[in-house]
Amino acid sequence: MFEWLSDNRAHIALIIIIALLVAFVWSIWLGIGQTKLREKDEVFGDPERTKGGWYWAITGVSALMLIWFYYSWGAARAVFPTAANELCQIAKIDESISPINAALPIASRYLKSTTLAVRNGEQLAKLSSGLPAGVFTPAEEASLGVILAQTNRLIAVQSNPAFIDPVAIAELGKVEAELRNLSAFLLSGGDKLQPSEEALNQPKWGTSEVEIPMLPMTERGMMFDQVSTALVPIADQFLAVRNKSPEATRLIDEVAAKIKALKSAEAPANLTEAELKSRGAYIKAAERIFKRIDDLTIFPAENMTGINDAVDELYESIDEAKGGLGTAEMLLFPGQGMVKSRTQCTEQGSGRWLPKPTDVIGTFATLANPNIESGGGYKGTTLLWWKWLPVADVVAFLIPDGLVDILPGEYGTHNIDGGFEPNYKDGLLALAQGDIYLGEVPMLDGHIWDSLFRVLVAMAFGVAIGVPLGIYMGVSRFFKSFFDPLVELYRPVPPLAWAPLILTIFGIQDDGKIFLLFMVAFAIMVISARTGASGTQLSKIRASHSLGATNGQILRHVILPNALPEILTGVRISIGVCWGTLVAAEMLAGTTGIGFIENVARTVSDYELIWVTILIMGLLGLLFDLIMRWAISRLIPWRGKG
Amino acid sequence: MTFRDPTSGAKVEALKDIQFDLKQGEILTVLGPSGCGKTTLLNMIAGFITPTSGDLSLGGVPIQGPGAERGMVFQQGALFEWLTVAKNVDFGLRMKGVSEEESRGEVETWLDTVGLQGFGDTPTYQLSGGMQQRVALARCLVNNPDLILMDEPLGALDALTREKMQSLILELWKKTGKTIVVITHSVEEALLLGERLFVMAPRPGRIHREYNLPFAEMGLTKSLRDIKQTKEFGKIREEILTMIWDMEEEIMGGV
Repeated sequence: MFEWLSDNRAHIALIIIIALLVAFVWSIWLGIGQTKLREKDEVFGDPERTKGGWYWAITGVSALMLIWFYYSWGAARAVFPTAANELCQIAKIDESISPINAALPIASRYLKSTTLAVRNGEQLAKLSSGLPAGVFTPAEEASLGVILAQTNRLIAVQSNPAFIDPVAIAELGKVEAELRNLSAFLLSGGDKLQPSEEALNQPKWGTSEVEIPMLPMTERGMMFDQVSTALVPIADQFLAVRNKSPEATRLIDEVAAKIKALKSAEAPANLTEAELKSRGAYIKAAERIFKRIDDLTIFPAENMTGINDAVDELYESIDEAKGGLGTAEMLLFPGQGMVKSRTQCTEQGSGRWLPKPTDVIGTFATLANPNIESGGGYKGTTLLWWKWLPVADVVAFLIPDGLVDILPGEYGTHNIDGGFEPNYKDGLLALAQGDIYLGEVPMLDGHIWDSLFRVLVAMAFGVAIGVPLGIYMGVSRFFKSFFDPLVELYRPVPPLAWAPLILTIFGIQDDGKIFLLFMVAFAIMVISARTGASGTQLSKIRASHSLGATNGQILRHVILPNALPEILTGVRISIGVCWGTLVAAEMLAGTTGIGFIENVARTVSDYELIWVTILIMGLLGLLFDLIMRWAISRLIPWRGKG
Repeated sequence: MTFRDPTSGAKVEALKDIQFDLKQGEILTVLGPSGCGKTTLLNMIAGFITPTSGDLSLGGVPIQGPGAERGMVFQQGALFEWLTVAKNVDFGLRMKGVSEEESRGEVETWLDTVGLQGFGDTPTYQLSGGMQQRVALARCLVNNPDLILMDEPLGALDALTREKMQSLILELWKKTGKTIVVITHSVEEALLLGERLFVMAPRPGRIHREYNLPFAEMGLTKSLRDIKQTKEFGKIREEILTMIWDMEEEIMGGV
């Protein structure tokens, strides 16, 4: 079932897109009708005007989904499933021709020859004016002058058509002719080859590790593939062409010999270390410029224009041969198109970092599969499932070993025959260390649960300690003044600033994270409980005194309920902040949790996984908030009505 | 007795040389311009603040701090909005350790008395202002205090509800025979409810004039509106209004 859904994701997406379009148009039509209907009864600014309006919610959600489908290329895949494969063949052409393009303005603003000539000419001028004094003998200085002048002349010789090697021109002409042949081939409609069986059986676009099927699956794709294959030897041929004139050859030999002589010459004996260094550096700089010129890749500008035109023509022919694919590319493929690099074709721009909605669901389904053996879960942990938890582990977590240490009595020692008879203290220690089997209970498990567990435990401690303290701070001058500086000093520090310290002290497993989150929840709970307690109306306190309540009773029956709205607001806020802090802390360190998944996904640029974790976090945050809203309306219906 | 507020530098005497006795079952109203120390006087009787000099006692026992034998009704009810009507009413009993079952009958009786039968399970925040004051009265009475203190109990109510509540207070006074002190800034209310009436004057707060009035007793049998029509009522009302106006002018002139 899952396989089938996965294979047919393009068609499923098409159905969804059509449904979304219908919903979008229908909800706008409904919304306009409803607006007209109510226009007469409501004036602008009346809060009633914001009530209802679910149809606009549908408009918004369907618009968002459609935008998502469009920018993720999900719409393109739905209506034109083979487009990516064909574009990939064109991307192959780009890859094959790239050595030629690199020398032409087609890939940049200037010819590579122009760039080489200008840059090295500038550097030669700079070098000849910066000759260090006193490190060369007069004869060497003269020789260097000749080297620089001849290197400069070498650039000029390669750039001047009068000196150009006729063989090189003929070879460039051959490359040009072959490029034009390819253009003609494309315009003629190609050989109309049929795709191979192997190509047709490739996994579909987006269903396997290889995002886009590589082998051509259509007639058009076959043609582009042929062109890309043919271009490889042409590009090699272009790279082999050298501007080898007799004058250039002579200059290269002379300069090379002079540099060799200079390098092997003994330096004058009276030079300091710094002077020796500058002597060596100068010779090296001159040699480096020479080496950039001596491979004879500079051509006169007019000899490159032929190649440039041929490549332009080839691209025009490709556009011509694309036909309907060109329109599809323009309309449905926002971003920077398709690129082939080594073994794969990849989507660029929004197609790359925004996964298609159906692919996100697919990735989520794979993660959510509780069966790790069949490829579910992530890094050996399920997303959210259950397991048998030994009760002993819970007991060990709750009883610190140190508690057993301080009990009266001593731990047992080995007796004379080398055996060991555990006493009561040894037994309790085994209990505290979780070594005694106490049965097992079913327990939630997985990345989501690990994250939830950390937040919930931290919240529990934060509420259990923070609320009583906050309430005492709200009613007692001593408590307020004593604890206020402590809480107020650590609270403004962003929780993540504490993280490196806390994680170092308590470890990167649950303990450290729970303590970090506890610090967050504690401060918020103290402040909200305190605000709630100190906000109790004096008349209510006085009334309860007059009714004979004791101080403890007033605390329990008047001040606590009075502070409850503030406390619940505090819980709501601190759950949100804890959640944010936790995800960041899991990114810093750890081996489970939603933040951990996202962090690993980030390092391997798995955008689908990143989006899945973002969606999970968004949904869990929403769930928390809905629960809190429900709890607030159930627990404190009197809120704001006192 | 005398009271100076210890937090305001002890310069202003909020109350000076106040001395009076109340007989059991008497209903006293205290009237005066704002700032004359009416509420300070009431808070001292309730035990929320202690006089700077002099002493207070109830039935021969010195008053030290608040206690259940002195019930208090506040202007805004001061109800516990997180509890239902019945739970508000039995709050005092519950704090004493009386179980809900034991107090249920009593709570219902008092709810009947104040005209709230059937409202026991209603949350208090759903009640109107007048009904909330009825709950406050019941909550105070169920505790069976010796003395009931009312701090402008009807101040926030509309005229019609107010008149009904005035009758209710008189009714309860008659029925329970409690000693009641009512603070008010309404002259008519002070005349209608008070067997005795103190008109207080400010700076320092003191009892300016004391009246013994028949209207509270009349109110038990006659309609309050008829009483207000009588010549005597009108005469005293004018007299007191003039007195208070003079005081206000004195204050303004003093500034």
